[in-house]
Amino acid sequence: MTRSAQWLYGWLLLLPAMVLLALFTHYPALATLWHSFLSTPKGARPAKFVGLDNYRQLTEDPIFWQALSNNLWFAIGTIPASIALALLMAAWVNGRIAGRGLLRLAYFTPTILPMIAVANIWLFFYTPEYGLLEQILKSLGAGSHNWLGSKSTALACIMVVTVWKEAGFFMIFYLAALQSMSPNLAEAAAIEGASRWYFFRRVTFPLLMPTTLFVLVNAVINAFRLVDHIVVMTRGGPDNATALLLYYIYEIGFRFWDSAYAAALTMVLLAILGLVALAQFWFLERRVHYQ
Amino acid sequence: MSQVYAARGATHALETAGAWLLGAFWVLPLVYAFWTAFHPGEFSTRFVLTAPLTLDNFVKAWAAAPFARYFVNTVMLVTMTLAVQLVLVTLAAYAFARFEFPGRNVLFALVLVQLMIMPDVLIVENYRTMAALGLKDTIVAIGLPYMASAFGIFLLRQTFKTVPRELDEAARVEGCTPLQVLWKVYVPLARPVYLAYALVSVSYHWNNFLWPLIITNSVESRPLTVGLQVFSATDQGIDWSIITAATLLTTAPLLVAFLLFQRQFVQSFMRAGIR
Repeated sequence: MTRSAQWLYGWLLLLPAMVLLALFTHYPALATLWHSFLSTPKGARPAKFVGLDNYRQLTEDPIFWQALSNNLWFAIGTIPASIALALLMAAWVNGRIAGRGLLRLAYFTPTILPMIAVANIWLFFYTPEYGLLEQILKSLGAGSHNWLGSKSTALACIMVVTVWKEAGFFMIFYLAALQSMSPNLAEAAAIEGASRWYFFRRVTFPLLMPTTLFVLVNAVINAFRLVDHIVVMTRGGPDNATALLLYYIYEIGFRFWDSAYAAALTMVLLAILGLVALAQFWFLERRVHYQ
Repeated sequence: MSQVYAARGATHALETAGAWLLGAFWVLPLVYAFWTAFHPGEFSTRFVLTAPLTLDNFVKAWAAAPFARYFVNTVMLVTMTLAVQLVLVTLAAYAFARFEFPGRNVLFALVLVQLMIMPDVLIVENYRTMAALGLKDTIVAIGLPYMASAFGIFLLRQTFKTVPRELDEAARVEGCTPLQVLWKVYVPLARPVYLAYALVSVSYHWNNFLWPLIITNSVESRPLTVGLQVFSATDQGIDWSIITAATLLTTAPLLVAFLLFQRQFVQSFMRAGIR
């Protein structure tokens, strides 16, 4: 094939995918930036350039700051917990444990269920007075508590659901990595007299680093992307205690129809995701240099 | 952990107990949902072994909302999205894996952008675009932003790159055009990857919620997830037996498929994740 034919083929093969990507990923990302400098058109009044007004509104908006801090707490609360649990689960079902097929099934099942369905089930689970959680606590002699209805516990309840939903998904990546590890390593370490914990800390865990990085990036993205359960369980309440960034964008954009302010909020979310991407590149780069 | 470091004696017993405890906690919400859905309302929070079983809740849920239509919508959504994805992703991955052209690396980087900035977070602008295209409240609009899947392009490009060039060249010597080579050599060799991608894509779009919630507004276009939410939020008050029945109803096909093809599912998700 001639060089120009190669070029032409390459471009033509890419064309359909690139058009859709440009239309629904690149253009909207850039349009978000542009629209964040405009005002929201209202009735006969068209959008006009307002500079940084939307961002000024953002810095003065206590709900934005709360959503941002909720989201950070949500990330801190869910990511390490789901990764640690995923690793533990993987180690268990990789070992010689009784009924490990069933266990793997139990751990993984939440992954394939829709978050929205799962949220419905958990909503019932948390229901005051007659939900399962209340019944268990009552039988233990504890008092009643409105888990999703009080500011102090609502976000934590949401976090539990998230960890429950995600840990099994992350488990399979650890399981795959563990299964591909050579048994010789363990034998050699055992001859050297390394303890089980020492072997995990110094051999298994470092070897799992690429998996951990992959899982971590996914977990971080999900922490800023998944709000389905918020819609079902709390609608951001009580008193914005469970408002996450994307949920707040959804409210501003589609309940208050303030698209300009929603664009400014989206820019914050895009900036966070961009930082995650940069961190990932930086980390991968460094790892390559080490080797 | 491998053989020599497998837990022994008391540690082993402790770990087994821990694993089962965690497993029990993991299935508890599901078991609870099943209990509620298959028993009459008065037993939804009373656990008596003699409680009578019933399918009444399912019948009521099915009658109370157009779930049949929602099922049709979801099936249409996932098949259409997957069909377009497979074509676009195959072509693009082939270009990246086997053709030399100016701008290849830049374009590939532009594709990878979507791995970070997924359509899920661009809801405001995509809604505007759909409105401008006159596609609001259609099934096409639900799937369209996801059809050029960066994840799929990346996954297949990796696979295509492992195909020996000799096979490719042999086919060309036989007189195959590049598209015929793609169809006869690359696609058959990548079959397991296609299966993996298809399972991941179908479960993703079957389960997707926020974007369909925003872009749809009628029974004719709503997928199951949105239908379920509309149903449980407005129609039913708090009749939990019926809501859980509806919840199980909407997830049943995926759950049954998963239980039947467990191994394929797990391997697919695994394969799709390891890059």
